[in-house]
This record gives sequence, C-alpha cells and structure tokens, in this order.
Amino acid sequence: MNFEFSAEQNLLREQAVGFLSDRAPLSVARRILDGDETYASEVWQEIINLGWTATAVPESHGGFGFGHLELCVVAEELGRSLAPVPFSSSVYLATEAIASAANDVRDDWLPKLACGEVIGCVALYEVSGAPDPDRMNDCTVSDGVLNGGKRWVTDGAIADMSVVTARDADTGNLCLYVVDLSAEGVQRSTIDTIDPTRNHADLQFDNVSAMPLASEIGDSTGLRRLLDRSAVLFAFEQLGGAEAALNMAREYALGRYAFGRPIAGYQAIKHKLAKMYVAVQLARSNCYYGAWALATDAPELPVAAATARVSASQAYRECSEENIQIHGGMGFTWEFDCHLYYRRAKLLSVNLGGEYDWKHRLISCIEADQAA
Amino acid sequence: MDFNDTKEEATFREQAKSWLAENAPAYQGDHTDDFLAAAKAWQKAKYDAGWACLSWPKEWGGRDATPAEAKIFADEETEYDLPVGPFLIGQGMAAPTMMAYASEEQKARFLPKLASGEEVWCQLFSEPAGGSDLAALRTRSVRDGDDWVINGQKIWTSGAHYSDFGILVTRSDPTVPKHMGLTYFFLDMRSPGLEVKPIKQISGQSNFNEVYFTDVRIPDSQRLGAEGDGWRVALTTLMNERAAIGGASGEMNFQTAFNLASETDLDGQPAIVDRGVRSQLADWYCKEKGLEFTGARSQTALSRGEVPGPENSIGKLVAAKKTQDIASFCIELLGMTGVALDHEQLSAYAEAYLGAPGSRIAGGSDEIMLNIIAERVLGLPQDIRVDKGVPFNEVPMGAK
Ligand SMILES: Cc1cc2nc3c(=O)[nH]c(=O)nc-3n(C[C@H](O)[C@H](O)[C@H](O)COP(=O)(O)OP(=O)(O)OC[C@H]3O[C@@H](n4cnc5c(N)ncnc54)[C@H](O)[C@@H]3O)c2cc1C
Repeated sequence: MNFEFSAEQNLLREQAVGFLSDRAPLSVARRILDGDETYASEVWQEIINLGWTATAVPESHGGFGFGHLELCVVAEELGRSLAPVPFSSSVYLATEAIASAANDVRDDWLPKLACGEVIGCVALYEVSGAPDPDRMNDCTVSDGVLNGGKRWVTDGAIADMSVVTARDADTGNLCLYVVDLSAEGVQRSTIDTIDPTRNHADLQFDNVSAMPLASEIGDSTGLRRLLDRSAVLFAFEQLGGAEAALNMAREYALGRYAFGRPIAGYQAIKHKLAKMYVAVQLARSNCYYGAWALATDAPELPVAAATARVSASQAYRECSEENIQIHGGMGFTWEFDCHLYYRRAKLLSVNLGGEYDWKHRLISCIEADQAA
Repeated sequence: MDFNDTKEEATFREQAKSWLAENAPAYQGDHTDDFLAAAKAWQKAKYDAGWACLSWPKEWGGRDATPAEAKIFADEETEYDLPVGPFLIGQGMAAPTMMAYASEEQKARFLPKLASGEEVWCQLFSEPAGGSDLAALRTRSVRDGDDWVINGQKIWTSGAHYSDFGILVTRSDPTVPKHMGLTYFFLDMRSPGLEVKPIKQISGQSNFNEVYFTDVRIPDSQRLGAEGDGWRVALTTLMNERAAIGGASGEMNFQTAFNLASETDLDGQPAIVDRGVRSQLADWYCKEKGLEFTGARSQTALSRGEVPGPENSIGKLVAAKKTQDIASFCIELLGMTGVALDHEQLSAYAEAYLGAPGSRIAGGSDEIMLNIIAERVLGLPQDIRVDKGVPFNEVPMGAK
C-alpha cells in the first residue's frame, strides 16, 4: 500500500506552489474579476512554457509522458490559487477527450493541445440539469456537418477548438465530435456567471464541419468516461480551493480580536474550523482514491470519481461559506477575497453536473456493481 | 500512488486471510451470555497461532510485525464478526503504557498474559467530577511506607466487573495545580477495599461500572512514572485510546442502510428510488470511504517508517455520529417495526440506536475531539481555563 504522492510528485507540487504564488496570486484573479480581460493570458503562457498542458500527454504526441497523478497535483494547486486560466477546459476536458479519440483526430489535435498552440473546451449543455445524454438533443451531425446550439460553455469565448456532444442524424446516437471554433458558421456570445474570473459563452453552430472522435460510432459511453475522468481532476481543484479557504479563515481568526482575545479562541469558531478541516481531510482521501482509479484506469473509476467529486464539492461549499462567516462584515465586502472562493466553489460544483446529480450517479453505480 | 499491497504485504495478507478463513468462523457471532469466555477463547486461538498483538516484541507474546502488517491483520479480522471488545483497553491502552513505564519484570509478567487473553484489564480514569476534564479527578492516593492508600470513586469503568487488573490515575497532591498533582498506578481488581457496582446504560445493558476505593493498598512498585507525573503517563494511554478506537464503521454502515433502503417500501416503490434517500446514502458512503482512505494514508506513513499525521484524529468523530445517523435512518424507514420488540428482541437498528450516544461520549466526546483538532492540528488558542495555575484545592467545583 502506498497511498500518498511520491517524492517526485511532491517536488512538482513545490514548483507549482512557488510558481503560482509568485505569478498567479489572488490579485490576478481579482484583475480578471474587475477588468475586461477574459483570462490571464500571461499566466497561461507561462503555464504552457512550464509544460503543464502536456503533463499527461504521451511523449508520442508531444507530451511529457508523466501520468495523471502529476496532473492531479497541478489541479490541486491551480484550485488553491484560483488562477484565471482555461486549464480545466483545455486539459481536463478537451485533452482528455482527444487523447482517447481515433488516430487521425488524436494525431491532429493532441500535439497542439499539449504544446498550448490551441486552447480547447468541451460543449455539453443544451438545457439545464445534469449533462446527461437525454438532455442533449439539439445538436445533430449529418454528413460531417454540425447544427445546433450549446449553452454555458466554460472558456467558450477563449477556446480555439471544442469537443461537442451531438447526435448522429442517422443513428440518433450521442457522440463526441471535434469542431474548429474559428470555422465559419460558429457564433459565440459571452455570458456572465456567478464567477467572472472564468469565461463562459453560448455557442451556435450553423453547418459547421465536425469530426467524430471515435471511428466506430458508439453510444454515450465516450461522454460518460470523459465526465468520470475529468471529475477526478475537477475534484482536486475543488480540494485545493477548499483548503485555501480553510487556511484563509484560520489566519483571519488568529488575527482578529473580539472581547479581548482572538476569535480563534472561541469554541464556536474553533469547532467551525475543525469541521472544515474534517471535510477537507475526507475530501482529500477520497480524491486520492479517485486519482489512483484515474491513473490506473481501474474499473472502480466511476464510483471513485463520484465519491471524490461529492466529497470535494461538499468540502468546498462548507469551507467557502464558513470562511465568509468567520470574516464577519469584512467577508461580505467586494474588497476581501472571500467571495472569490465562494463564487468558484459554486461554479465548480455545478459545471459538470451538481452535487445531487453525482450523488444519484454514485448510488446508481453501486447498485449496478452489487447487482452484477 | 498504489492502492495495492506491496509484494511482502500481499503475502502477509494472504497468510492472514487463510488463517482467518480456517479459524475465525468457529468464533463468530457469539454475543450471548458468555461473551467473555468467547472472547478469551478467540484471543487464545490467535495467540497460540502467532496472530495476537502482532506488532509487540516476540518475548511479550507478539511477533515483531511492522505496523503495516498489524493493520492488515486487523482489517482482515474485521471481516468477521468476532468477540474482541474485552481486550481493547488492555491491549490497546494499558499495554503501551506498561511498555513505556513498567519494569522489565512487570512487562515479562503482564504483557504475555494480555496477549494471550488470560487477563483482562480496565481503565480507571473517569470520575464523577472528572470526565472531559480528566485532570480534575479527586480519588486520593497517600503514600504509606512501601504502599499507597487509595480512597475515592471512579465511574464509567467499562468491564471493571470482569477485569483482572486496572490502570488508575489518582490525586497525590491537591495543593498544586491539577495536572501536577497526579500519580498513576496499576492494580489488582481483587484488591481488598475495592467495590464494583454496575451502572445500567440506556441500552439496558451494564457494561460500565462505578468503582469505589476504601483504603485500597497498592505497592509502590506498581506506580507507573514518577510521583506527580501521572498526567504525562495518562497522556500516553489517551493517545493510544484514540488510535485504538479509530474510525471503524461497525455494523451500522453504508451497506446496512443501502440494503435496507433497497428492500423497504416507500410510497409503493423501494425507498432507494427516492432522491432524498439516495442523497443521504451517498453522504454516508463518502464519509465511510473518506475514513477508510484516510486510514490508508496513515498506513502509508507507517509503512514508510513515518509517524502518521494528525488526519486520523477525525476517525472517531466522524464514525460515531455516522453510526447514530444510520441507525436512526434505518428505524425511520421501518417505522414501528423498527422500534417494536420482536420475540422480546429489539431490532439491530434499535440496539445500535441506543448504543450510539455512548460512542459520541466515550474516549473523548465530539466536542473534545473538535477541540483537539482545533488546538493540536490547526494550532488555535486553548479555551480560557479559569483553573490554570490554580492549586487544585482552590479551584471552583460544581457537583461535589
Ligand atoms: C460507553 C462509555 C464507556 C466508557 N468507558 C470508560 C472507561 O472504561 N474508563 C474510563 O475511565 N472512562 C470511561 N468512560 C467515560 C468517558 O471517558 C467520559 O464519559 C467522557 O470523557 C466525558 O466525560 P463526562 O461523562 O464527565 O461528561 P462531561 O465532561 O461532563 O461532558 C458533558 C458535556 O459537556 C461537554 N464538554 C465538556 N467539556 C467541554 C469543553 N471544554 N468544551 C466543550 N464542551 C465540553 C462534553 O462534550 C459533553 O457534551 C466511558 C464513557 C462511556 C459513555
């Protein structure tokens, strides 16, 4: 049994912490929040130079040939820093989808994603609710041509390419396609969300050429697999954010005095912080299990991913809410950074299907396992 | 990151598994009248085959196994419903304290009999005026020649009625601040002047007791640690208590709730179809797995020869409340069947429901565990203590 990151992986973490605290402190997220930029392009460029976008890509396709454990480490630190960059869309989603695509599509796109030449995103939603196949009926592909609309696409206005779920007009099967977003017939309209530090857009496709990711057109298993794999990585981002919010709350409580002593000395506050710590530990342990399942492509992945995702969503919710509470009135100001975590926590919780969808899925997977 | 055993660990697990498969079933599920005899028989079987107290040195009845191996055997053992309760205090708490503080002759005399299950130990710590605030205990010890004379009362002493020996914290000097005036002993539970009275618990059973001391004499050679240094010795015991209690999920676990929800009708369909029920089940699954994998992280630290981090302190806190919630949920699903006696027996859910509050209090209450996490893990300030630095006999007291 070895259930911790290795020394090399921890070294990577140290580098990530060093880089992000230097180049992507919260002031960078705040710049995007308050300004007109869609993302911190200079941070993104440095991330590319560091090779993070190539972390889990095989060497044959321009990658570093590290594995997904390294990617989990990077994800946790990005989550902690709130860096306003399209990493999750391009790496956890687009790169993951393309990496399991058929040869020609993979050979075309994977090296470009790995070296950061293009930014990718994944377009799933058409209507509200979990990103389940039965809620995806508008986008269709006929003779390699895509029509329809997608909503709430994270980094949709930044990305150069998108993986899109759409129905094959002949079979009705839901498949994954890749679309060049600079192509004619693609319309993007930026939308605002609760977290302005991450870009979102609605996408409209009018007769846009689309390549299927898999040669033999299957059903929606490709989508499911993509959601499970990326859920682990998103969970690590959530874990990092939750722990950052806990640390911020702890620091403040130690320095803020009321009734002649630090508020951190009052049990109501101590116990709040202790419970946040418990939530973070449970989430961390479940994330590690998810990381193991992701890295080894274990049959346990669906259950492990859902467990990590639910725990991490819960931990981030609790920590970001209580962080504001512990800051009192200061926590409710635009000026203090508490709301950055509060916003990101909610965005990350619903962006891939919400906590209740993942709980439903978790129990469904266990039912299926136990019936087998 | 590798969730699987190393080659050596896998071999060890196989050996443990096959020995258990051959031997454990015969001792399984005996919760009847002679629970103690059943527990002793199982312990003896393990001892004879070299599976008792694995991480202890060979000379004291163990086999010098690594902590990781001990954990593997413990995990495999919980796959069976075995009577191990009576030994938790002796092996898990008294033994580590004896190893640290007893003389070589005492270790040679007592540890092997703890390992073989011949002798059972209890923990005489809590008192009416000293529970969470253990160091406020008042049972007096006075030196008299080569002996100490003990007077006072202990309470909540689990298993005192069947124990052979006990570990005991006393107040030897009431004129100094509370932590400084304590002295620690072990004693024969058959000592003259010692009286054990059972206390009936809310479950109706009587596992714990009041223990009265009237001029009980303990030889000075059975003092552990220096006179006045009892608090430090007690901390050794308490640290091991938390490790011994841990976060095991017991009978009222996710699977129990999942099975019941799958079988029980709610509005014309299995309860598990209900989204609220599913959400609740998922919460417990995530907690249970979170604790299990937190244990795996500690085990990793152990097998790397490191000291596990503080993350394990969450185990008892999370597990005790989860057990209570699951028992309560199961009863709600069953309705009156859940609370009514059937053949003069309460359902397992109702038994667990009545037992669960004790787990949230014993071995450090929920609130004390939260304080420990806040202070020792997160480094937050201690609570205000009006008794700090005050001689014990001048500290304000509530119930006398
Ligand atoms: C089933 C069971 C078995 C036991 N077995 C043993 C045994 O074998 N040997 C033994 O020595 N003892 C044993 N105990 C005793 C146990 O250790 C004590 O009950 C426990 O430490 C709590 O002490 P108390 O009962 O005096 O409650 P109190 O300390 O009076 O606590 C009452 C309430 O006040 C809260 N509280 C107390 N102090 C604080 C604080 N500083 N901050 C916030 N809240 C606080 C507690 O959390 C609790 O909710 C057992 C108890 C139980 C229930």
